[in-house]
Formats: sequence, structure tokens, C-alpha cells
Amino acid sequence: MSVLAEADLRLDAGPIDYALLVIYFVVVLGIGVMARRSVSSSLDFLLSGRSLPAWVTGLAFISANLGALELMGMTANGAQYGMATVHYYWIGAIPAMVFLGLVMMPFYYGSKVRSVPEFMLRRFGKPAHLVNAISFAVAQILIAGINLFALAVIIDALLGWPLPVSIVVAAMVVLAYTALGGLSAAIYNEVLQFFVIVAALAPLTIVGLIKVGGWQGLVQKVTDQEQLSAWPATELTGIESPVWSVVGLVFGLGFVLSFGYWTTNFAEVQRAMSAKSMSAAKRTPIIGAYPKALIPAVIIIPGIIAAVIVPEMAQLKAGDTSSGVVYNNVLPLLMRDLLPNGILGIAITGLLASFMAGVAANVSSFNTVFTYDLWQDYVKKDRPDEYYLRVGRLATVGACVLAIGTAFIAAALGGSNIMDYIQALFSFFNAPLFATFIVGMFWKRMTPTAGWVGLLAGTFTAMFIYAISEPSFGIKWLELPGQGASFLGAGLAFVVDVVVSVAVSLVTRPKPDSELVGLVYSLTPKEDRSHATTGEDAGWYRSPALLGGGVLALTTVLYIIFG
Amino acid sequence: MRLFDLRLIIAFLFGLYGVVLVVVGLGFTTDDDLKKAEGVNINLWAGIAMVVLAALFAVWALLRPQFAKTTTADDLGKRG
Repeated sequence: MSVLAEADLRLDAGPIDYALLVIYFVVVLGIGVMARRSVSSSLDFLLSGRSLPAWVTGLAFISANLGALELMGMTANGAQYGMATVHYYWIGAIPAMVFLGLVMMPFYYGSKVRSVPEFMLRRFGKPAHLVNAISFAVAQILIAGINLFALAVIIDALLGWPLPVSIVVAAMVVLAYTALGGLSAAIYNEVLQFFVIVAALAPLTIVGLIKVGGWQGLVQKVTDQEQLSAWPATELTGIESPVWSVVGLVFGLGFVLSFGYWTTNFAEVQRAMSAKSMSAAKRTPIIGAYPKALIPAVIIIPGIIAAVIVPEMAQLKAGDTSSGVVYNNVLPLLMRDLLPNGILGIAITGLLASFMAGVAANVSSFNTVFTYDLWQDYVKKDRPDEYYLRVGRLATVGACVLAIGTAFIAAALGGSNIMDYIQALFSFFNAPLFATFIVGMFWKRMTPTAGWVGLLAGTFTAMFIYAISEPSFGIKWLELPGQGASFLGAGLAFVVDVVVSVAVSLVTRPKPDSELVGLVYSLTPKEDRSHATTGEDAGWYRSPALLGGGVLALTTVLYIIFG
Repeated sequence: MRLFDLRLIIAFLFGLYGVVLVVVGLGFTTDDDLKKAEGVNINLWAGIAMVVLAALFAVWALLRPQFAKTTTADDLGKRG
């Protein structure tokens, strides 16, 4: 990211572009003010009073993940690796999202827990709960700070605003609407952001495609034809053998990493928990899966186009780094070269919206975990609800202030490496967390001790693999460029967690069955897991299983056509 | 919990954006702008698309008004 300032990315933004940007900010803050009127309890503030329709939570589910790091990173991957990037969207997300909706949501929503860590508390008790709640809370603050820093770097490059100004202004906007309207304001803005991002990316893709002479023109102009097929993605995984590359993709990315991320990350699951009914909660990730399957069209294709038509990008791909441009610059460069004033303003708005929504998702999930899982459970129990509503609001302020601090630390440390380390650090928790959840949900014998021991064993495994494979650490027992090391680390962490959990369970005492009702499959009556099919949940087109099957079929067809 | 209808906000924002872009596309597009986008008046077309999107959301909101769900004690998430 530090190189970014050197490349000339300055956009020729005019008054009309700024006007469109300002309109967006006014609407965003207006949503915060209006949402405030409907907040009368801590549950309204932290979980939208479990009242939102499925299309809203579904789009917010996908939007919370469509932060700027994702947007910049995936267009960059498109330019660098070509079609192989679709794996992050298809095999790396769709099956896990369907699984979350159909298999795990019944327990999350049915047990009425208010957060993923709270599920941990009820299933495994306090040690596992504390590990999960604290690691999640810390991760959200750090990632929010990274998001803010990334936002400031890009605004500096595009518009020439100083870093501290962008960091503080963006944090204040997020703070204003989340502190006022809570999760409802965050979710409403995420849905709005989704449409603005599509409105920004679609024209970019269309103009880009016209410029290269349509899809056929693009196919002809890509010099390395291997980049037009998704399999076996040896460049992406860093695994030379095509067979093992596919195994790494399917098991590492498709199973462990993606299931770990989508099914246990509270910043995502929270959106589904705020839905108004069991049916809507189940449909949330599945409705989100449809745009997730289709959005590579306006993210990856622009990346491939940029590698062909942007001169600096073509140079970089040929190995010439003299222009100072890096792959992360794909979007700004395309905006500079293709979009006239007017639509350019929409594109800038889309980028900023995406950065802010990422921060808001971190902040709004942090304040819930802080309020319910840390403050209410361990510091001040049994206070009236207004007290926790106040704590929730204060936690929001605290989160934004801390995130500003983290952003300045990231700025002082100068950049991208530190961010990669932090991201990697927290990915260590995801794969083992998924293993612990899945064993705990389906095996009632799994004990509280096994819960936290398995989690730690899995996390240490992932850290160990990272330490011996990360080139800059100098140990280098394992050499896997690309994403191979993280696939392997996640896979092993999962296996170790399962093995340790089973072994420890066999020698420790399980919880009595009566305490596990609603939390474990075999002890939960079928009617508690099923959803209503009357009223607003009626109709075949609202069936979660049908919608889930539909998106899996869609993804398969997409793989056949573009794979 | 009675929340305002998001569909109307989406209709409002994109209606406004769409009209602004159509005006820019029709009245203020220079030859340089056209050259940048390969001869396509992208402001005009994107503006029209946004107006259509806004209209769809407005129609949806008018045809199927959002009725508030009555909150029961069960919904308040008391720990069971």
C-alpha cells in the first residue's frame, strides 16, 4: 500500500462528483437519525429487535463482506491470476453460505442466543466463551482500524486528502450512524451500499468490455490463455501439481477456510440473527449467496480487463514495476481511464461506501459481543435493560476511538505487511472454531473441556504452519508461495481440533442432556428447528431448501460455462 | 420495533442520482467524456438504469406496504 502514493492515481473529480458523494453521506446519516426512533431496548440497538425482512438481512449479509479490502483485493487478484479468482466467490463461499442457512441457523436462531460467542457459552461454558469473545472483539477493533487506514490511503491517492483527515472523518460518520441507529442503521446502510457498489462497478465493466471489443475481444487479448480458466489454479494456490492444487482448493478453501469464515464469524452471522423469523434467518445467507455468485462479473472481469487495457497494469504483468503501480490499483486506474465526471462521482461514492460499511460491520458486531458477552456476563450482571443499551452506545464510541488509534498505528508502521500479519493471525481462529462448532452441534458427548482445549490446539496448529511457511520469518521448512500455506494450515487446524476434541471428550465429563436442548442436533425437537410456512413465510419461493438448491445449481452452471 | 421502509430510501437515492446523471448525460457531456468511455454516453445510460431501479423499488414499496410485526415477549430474546 505504501507504493500507492507514488503511482499517479489522482482522479479528475469535479463539483458534480463531490455533490453526488455529499448526497450519499446525507442519506447515510439520515438513516441513522431515522433508525434511532425505533430503538427502545438493547436488543433493538444490538440486534435490530429481530425484526428485519430476509431480503434486507440477505443483502446486508453479503455487503458486510464486500468491504474495500475485498473489493481492492479481488479486482487485484483478477488482474494477477485471472479467472481462478472466481474460486473465492463460488467454491469458497456458496456451499458454506447454504450450509449456514440450512444446517446451522436453526441452532443459532432457534436457541435465541444473541451472538456466536453466546452460543459457545451455552454449549461449552465459560473458558471457551471467553477465548471466543475476547479474540473476536480484539480482531474486530484491529480490522476496523485496518479498514480505516486502507480507506485513508486510497482517498489520499484519489483525491489528495491528508491521511488523518480521512481517518477521522470516516470514523466519525460511521460512529454517528451506528451510535444513533445501532445495527438497524448499519444494516440499512449496508443494503444501500450494495446497490451503490453495483452502480459503480457495472458501468465500469460495461465500458471496459466495449473498449476491449466485447467478451470475444477480451478472450483474444489475454496473452496467457491459462488465466481464462478457473481450474486447476496452480498459480493461485502455489501448488505445482494440478491434482493437489484442486484438492487444496476444494478442501482448504472450499471446506475449511470458507466454512470457518462464513459460519462462525459473528459480523456475518449477526445479520441473519437480526431477521424477523426462523424462515427469514435461514434464508438470509442463501439470499446473499445469489449476488455473491454473480458479483464476480463486475469485480473479476474489470481486473482482467485492466491487465489488458491499462498500460501501467500491462507493464506490471510483464514484470516491469517501474511505474509504481501495484495490482491493488486496478479500480482507481480503471476509474481514471474510463469514467467521465458524473458516473465517476458514483464510483468514488461506491468505494468510500464500501470502506465505511466494512468498518460499520466491525463496530456493530463488536459492540454486541462487548455488551452481552463481556460486560453483561463478566462485569455487571442483572442490570435493567436501559443500562445495557447505554453500554452498547458507549461501546460503539469506544470501538470507533480505538479503531482510529489502530489506524494511526498501522499508518505509523507504514503499511501492508503489518496488515497481512494481523489478518493471518485472526484467520487462525476460524478453522478450529468451525471444527468445534460442528462437532459440538452434532455430538452431545463433546465436553466443555474439549471445547476450549480443542480450540487452542487447532489455533496453535494453524500458527505453527504459518510460522514455518511465511518466508519473511526465515524458518522456511515449508515452501508454498500463493495461498497454499493458508489452505494447509486451516486444513490441519481443523483435523487437529476434531481429533483433540474427541480424545479429550472421552476422558472428561459431558454436560447433562437437559442443558443441551436447542444446542445439539439429537436433543432438539424437530419443531424447534423448523420454520413457519404461514403468513409472511408462506410460498414455495420462500423455501430455504429450494433457494439453497437453486444457488448451488446456479454456481455449478457458472463453473461449467466459465470454469 | 417499527422501522421505516428501506425501499423508499433506495428509490429516493437512486431516483435523485438517476435524474442528475441523465441531465449531465444530455446537457453537459463533452467530446472528451465520450472519447473516454469509447463513444458511449455512460452517464445517460447509467442514469436511465438508476431511474428504472428507483421506480421498481417505489412500485414494490407501494404494492406491498411494509406492515409492522407485533413484538411478543418471546422475541425479546430473554435467555431461556
